[in-house]
Amino acid sequence: MIKESPSRKAFNWFNIAFLSILSLTMLLPFIHILAGSFSAGTAITQGRVTLFPVDFTLDNYRVVFNDITLWRAFGVTVLITVMGTFINLFFTSLMAYGLSKDHLKGRSLILFLVIFTMIFSAPLIPTYLTVRALGLLDSIWALILPGTINAFNLIIMMSFFRNIPKDMLEAAKIDGCGEYRTLWSVVLPMSLPSLSTIGLFYAVGHWNGYFAALLYIRNNDLFPLQVKLRRLIVESDAEEMLQAAQLSVQSVEGIKMASIIFATLPVLVIYPMIQKHFVKGANLGAIKG
Amino acid sequence: MASPKISDSQTSIQPKTKRKRKNYLIRNWQIYSMILPGIIFFIVFKYVPLGGIVIAFQNYNVFQGIQGSPWVGLDHFVNLFTYPDFLRILRNTILIALYQLIFGFPAPIILALLLNELRLMFVKRTLQTVLYLPHFLSWVIVGGLVITFLSPNSGIINEIIRTFGGDPIYFMQHPEYFRTIVVSSGIWKEIGWSTIIYLAALAGINPELYEAAEIDGANKFRQVWSITIPSILPVIMILLILNIGNFLELGFEQIYMLLNPFVRETGEVFDTYIYRVGLLGGQLSYTTAIGVFKSVVGLILIVGANQLSKKLTGNAIF
Repeated sequence: MIKESPSRKAFNWFNIAFLSILSLTMLLPFIHILAGSFSAGTAITQGRVTLFPVDFTLDNYRVVFNDITLWRAFGVTVLITVMGTFINLFFTSLMAYGLSKDHLKGRSLILFLVIFTMIFSAPLIPTYLTVRALGLLDSIWALILPGTINAFNLIIMMSFFRNIPKDMLEAAKIDGCGEYRTLWSVVLPMSLPSLSTIGLFYAVGHWNGYFAALLYIRNNDLFPLQVKLRRLIVESDAEEMLQAAQLSVQSVEGIKMASIIFATLPVLVIYPMIQKHFVKGANLGAIKG
Repeated sequence: MASPKISDSQTSIQPKTKRKRKNYLIRNWQIYSMILPGIIFFIVFKYVPLGGIVIAFQNYNVFQGIQGSPWVGLDHFVNLFTYPDFLRILRNTILIALYQLIFGFPAPIILALLLNELRLMFVKRTLQTVLYLPHFLSWVIVGGLVITFLSPNSGIINEIIRTFGGDPIYFMQHPEYFRTIVVSSGIWKEIGWSTIIYLAALAGINPELYEAAEIDGANKFRQVWSITIPSILPVIMILLILNIGNFLELGFEQIYMLLNPFVRETGEVFDTYIYRVGLLGGQLSYTTAIGVFKSVVGLILIVGANQLSKKLTGNAIF
């Protein structure tokens, strides 16, 4: 072992300190919002809340949990996320498996057409007109179908399938498996890590999606969570909520913060369970050339 | 193939190859049936809209449709550069994109290099976990956080300014702050997540290279400069090409969440303008022309960056 020089040691301490401060800037906004969501409205508007609740109260959450429109938006988002992610994974893996066959006729043409959509995207207005022509406006399918297959995810999954040993596929064929059976019983079980990662990308996209709903949804009952949240934060929905609740809450600030926590909680609960995957992946060099 | 049949096949070459192709399709029908739904998806949701670009050459009217609307040729494109609106959003888009490239692109590389120097695995993992988190939050939430923090009444930043005796600043209403707010909130959200690919590349470097450099007496900075950077250069170049290709794609949601009428002067970009004037305002053909302009510039940029990188560093994506 080579002994560490004093300057090297100093650098190490500086490095840890710097990175810790940077990480704190990622956490503190949350802690502030969390503290605010448990604080009385007056304390927030007077700027007395920093990292701990002031004049502790659950009223903000009472207002939020009593709001039926927020729950409905939550339900819409859960539905879109579950159904959408399933549809994404189903069609992405089907197409990726088909395109992973090297000698398939027409493969390179199809691949070219897929990649072309990544570097030359159709403008917004024609895309909107297409979705409208299909009669999808004001339906949750407008939030699911236009993103069925993400070209980037498709290519990642395809290269993953191509790395599966050919012997495995041959063995399945000899056992009398058709292509569908091979995909379902051999390829997919072997691809669980990549399948779950790509599934997560899709799911987070659905959960956080805002733009598609802004474009395609007019009906209040079909608004997903992010649209509702946006209306709470910058429009007057929070005031209406406050009046409807008839509680002794004096300010909308606390309600906005409680809604942010409400919408983020599912992500924050699931995140620690899945983050190991990325952290380990990044450290082991899981991405192949 | 049996020899007596040769003359036979020469006389009827057309049907034979057709039948051959048909046989190939039949033999591989399962594979083709797997790809088919995907192909239909790309045609319906990607290529039909691409065909819809024709409305940029018309004065498109929803009631008359593509067939009934009058053709105007290249008028919208020729006129683009004479509209003050267009020049303004072009300038805003380019400036924000440029700042994002200059500040946002190197930031995760530097962060990855610093993370890579950490020797305590526990510390490294904890920090990574926290740094990746903002990536998973929606722009609605991050926009809400930014607005809350910069609020003149209750925001923490103005609280600090007040403590030092200053007057609160209405950050979200001053056009001069908008671009800084957009670029820094973007860096805040994605800096951690963007390190993943660099950390993976860094983990792949052969440790013997460092040992040899150590014996040759190279100090740490020399090692980073002569070993680490060249080793991850291919990854950097590929991401740079992709970044340049997406130069004008600023991400609608981020800008939209922070935009308000006070800051439109410096903050309105292509995407938000197309949404506001095109979709809400009904100027469909004019804004489609803007969209086509954006896509063509994107295509030129990605091909150009790719060729340049191929020449200078030997790295390219196609």
